[in-house]
Amino acid sequence: MQIAIASGKGGTGKTTIATNLAYFWQKQMKKKIVLLDCDVEEPNCHLFLKPTWHSSQKATAKIPSINLEQCTYCGKCSDLCQFGAISCLKDNVLVFPELCHSCGGCTLVCPTKAIIEVEKELGEIKIGAQDNLQIIHGYLKIGEPMSPPLIRKVKEQATQEDLIIVDCPPGTSCPVIEALKGSDFVLLITEPTPFGLHDLKLAVEVVRDLKIPFAVGINRSTLGNSALKDYCARENIPIILEIPHERNIAIAYSEGELLLKKFPQYEKNFAPLWSYIQEVISSCKN
Amino acid sequence: MQELIVLSGKGGTGKTSIVASLAQIFQDKVLADCDVDAADLHLLLHPTILEKKEFWSGKTAFLHPEKCIECGQCLDLCRFKAIQENFIIDKISCEGCGVCAYFCPQKAIEMQENMAGYLFVSTTSCGPMIHARLGTGEENSGKLVAEVRNRARQKAQKENLPLILIDGPPGIGCPVIASLAGAKSVLIITEPTLSGLHDLERVIQLAQHFQVQTFVCINKADLNPRQVKETIDHCTELGIKIIGQIPYDEEITKAQIAGQNIIEFNPQSLVAQEIKMMAQKLKEYLKI
Repeated sequence: MQIAIASGKGGTGKTTIATNLAYFWQKQMKKKIVLLDCDVEEPNCHLFLKPTWHSSQKATAKIPSINLEQCTYCGKCSDLCQFGAISCLKDNVLVFPELCHSCGGCTLVCPTKAIIEVEKELGEIKIGAQDNLQIIHGYLKIGEPMSPPLIRKVKEQATQEDLIIVDCPPGTSCPVIEALKGSDFVLLITEPTPFGLHDLKLAVEVVRDLKIPFAVGINRSTLGNSALKDYCARENIPIILEIPHERNIAIAYSEGELLLKKFPQYEKNFAPLWSYIQEVISSCKN
Repeated sequence: MQELIVLSGKGGTGKTSIVASLAQIFQDKVLADCDVDAADLHLLLHPTILEKKEFWSGKTAFLHPEKCIECGQCLDLCRFKAIQENFIIDKISCEGCGVCAYFCPQKAIEMQENMAGYLFVSTTSCGPMIHARLGTGEENSGKLVAEVRNRARQKAQKENLPLILIDGPPGIGCPVIASLAGAKSVLIITEPTLSGLHDLERVIQLAQHFQVQTFVCINKADLNPRQVKETIDHCTELGIKIIGQIPYDEEITKAQIAGQNIIEFNPQSLVAQEIKMMAQKLKEYLKI
């Protein structure tokens, strides 16, 4: 089972909710939980859970490499490539690795087999644990533009039998889609401000497009105005979690302290989530 | 003409609120919102749209079932698992590489152009603004960002404006690189939290990778003095200037609810004063 924590706007509390939910469930249910930190551009889950790292591996993607001795400069590769990642000139072939999507088309189309695929580094995948909680995170290499292939590789580390929590990147474009794919339920985190509401509406569009059941969690819920709750009521979107706007919560967060460890009184806010999500998922399957 | 891009690495540090305030303070500039994914600057600057342009980018495979003989070649070749066993194309997974279409023996697959979003040329009370809206779930945010920057440059040249003020996206990936590469300077808005510092370190590395002059502003600076010190130490070590420390103030949220920047909403507030001081320093450094 895969539950994703997402939001349109950044900094609304995705990581706070994902880490606390993972911590709370493994403590309550004595069940193995896998937390996938798919915000590979800025992964932060480990800062709060402080896992012991067990392994680390380089994540790579395939890019073309040209053997010019075999190349006839026919140009079929650059004609096929939709991403402008390979350019055939009169007496040279240029490869632009940062544009390549690793589709393998150029290798297939080359009539003289002058193109082979080599590995390009995307970043690093680290696996660690704390108690019954496994944490897997991806770390995008600085200067590497494409995060979806790394997100895909992070997700490959978990198996469908696991109870998986995915901490998604912010936004509504391809990295988010990659992180959300395969999820049984999405919890959209937002805050009661105009920016929070505006970006929530975009995130709702995304999960509706993907046809994944979802609900909303409101962080800093005592801040701002009522427009967010009005919107959720109008759209029939359940609000299943609220965390108040408190200075002491913000200070604990700034120190990298886990909310529920520091303030166990908020466990009651998280307690109803499991049965709610279970119910929604099983009703969707029927 | 020069570009100043405002980034944060971590989302929610106050980037857009600060950009809107700088927009109020700086004269003679073009505004560009390069957060094409979840753009919010328009909520504070209320642009009047003068021109709306469709953004066509990328392709998606479309299968003509009447031509398909279900040979399965496309299934084998697609690396994105975008063709399902029942020969229905999963449009969300399709990256538009065209391999399936090229190798289909029946020519049953056609690549269709995507309408991936819109680009807007607008006017605001703070000057011209270029912004965009990427369709939800779309790819190619980097290309759309490049378009926004191009249009902003054209506008600045045409109207002889010396500065382009860019609101950048969060993270360090494709749209951030497209916003940052080739810009003269970057202002990074951070917050004094463990994750804020972690994300700041990554975005500084990116700025250095592209050799862009870097300034840092610590927002919500009264939240955690120890983390403020860590941030200052880290920046000092790298020779990066901290040019603003802005306290946390709920006036910022109130301004946002009023649809205003803090400079117009409450010019006397401490936050507004600090932002003005930072703007003055920026003007000196950038010679604008």
